[in-house]
Amino acid sequence: MTYLLIFISAVFVNNIVLSQFLGVQSIFDVSKRINSAVRFTAVVALIMTVSSVLIYFIQTLVLQPYGLEYLRTLAFIVLIVGLVQLTGITFKSISKSWYMNYEIYRPHLTANCVILGVALLSINKNYNLSESIVFAISSAFGFGLVSLIFAGIQEQLKLLNLPKRMEGLPIILIAAGLLAMAFMGFVGIAK
Amino acid sequence: MKDSNTNIFTKGLIKNNPLLVLALGMCPALATTTSAINGLGMGLATWFVLVGSNITISLLKNSIPDKAKLPAYLIIIANFVTIAEILIHAYWPTLHASLGIYIPLIVVNSLILGRAEAFATSNSLFRSVLDALGMGFGFTLALTLLGVIREFLGTGKIVGNTIFPSEYGALLFVLAPGAFITLGLLIAGMNKLKKQS
Repeated sequence: MTYLLIFISAVFVNNIVLSQFLGVQSIFDVSKRINSAVRFTAVVALIMTVSSVLIYFIQTLVLQPYGLEYLRTLAFIVLIVGLVQLTGITFKSISKSWYMNYEIYRPHLTANCVILGVALLSINKNYNLSESIVFAISSAFGFGLVSLIFAGIQEQLKLLNLPKRMEGLPIILIAAGLLAMAFMGFVGIAK
Repeated sequence: MKDSNTNIFTKGLIKNNPLLVLALGMCPALATTTSAINGLGMGLATWFVLVGSNITISLLKNSIPDKAKLPAYLIIIANFVTIAEILIHAYWPTLHASLGIYIPLIVVNSLILGRAEAFATSNSLFRSVLDALGMGFGFTLALTLLGVIREFLGTGKIVGNTIFPSEYGALLFVLAPGAFITLGLLIAGMNKLKKQS
């Protein structure tokens, strides 16, 4: 039951993008088409889940016992950069086309609020190992959901005849605002 | 052609405003501007980190190998973020509580990494400091403006002083949707300004 609540809360009620604003930038930049949105979400989900496991161990086995919690930012960012690099190397040995796609996303992965943000949130909420894995997977799911919706919206926006100064980012931000308003309807389902 | 020193400082304010024109650092800008004070606090913290990391990176630019650039930059930035977090926690505990996870998230703010890569790696110390001061000032200005607008429309207050009773405020503007809509309209307004000049 707790897992279900974590899932619903992370996907709908406190959606990682629309109410926590994590990864807003990468969604606007990357999800211009539906298939690139799906690919990017898959990579984010992979790295987010692995990193939240590793970060949980670093936090409980190294930082907490030795009173080094003030170093968490440094420790986590080093870990995430390493992980992004490692995923690249793994992809390179599996398939060339995967690696080519991955290289395009790499800057969006390293300087991305979403991976570090989810790790910090699950530490703030005092989740245990299995809860933080569920939280990471459901956050990735929520990220993917919004990313897909946005890919659809951005494909539609191309067909509109907008005033010049509203083109590009302004109209996307306002669409995001309306979407966030719709997601506010889920408040109350779970805390 | 190289920019003059004053140009480096002033281009961050309006012409290349990091938030409103270059659209960098949107994540903290949307999340922390629920009030003018929070926006200002976030802006100042980012400014501090930006200046510190630009100075360090500009000094170390010849000794960092190209392959290890990104990790090295992130470690330098993370150090300054840690300093900023400890200072804010010690002197402004209420601000620390309301900014929450967005202080450590300054590390992945694309503004800081972007300036480090685009400017501090290839320019002298003095010019990098000027660039960081200008960009940081522009970012702080934009964040404060966003905070003032959202606080006024949402709660009827400006920096905590009541202008109209909060029952008449549109609470939406303090919540998440208001952040997106206000920033969208501000950027549209900026586009109009840019076209006239």
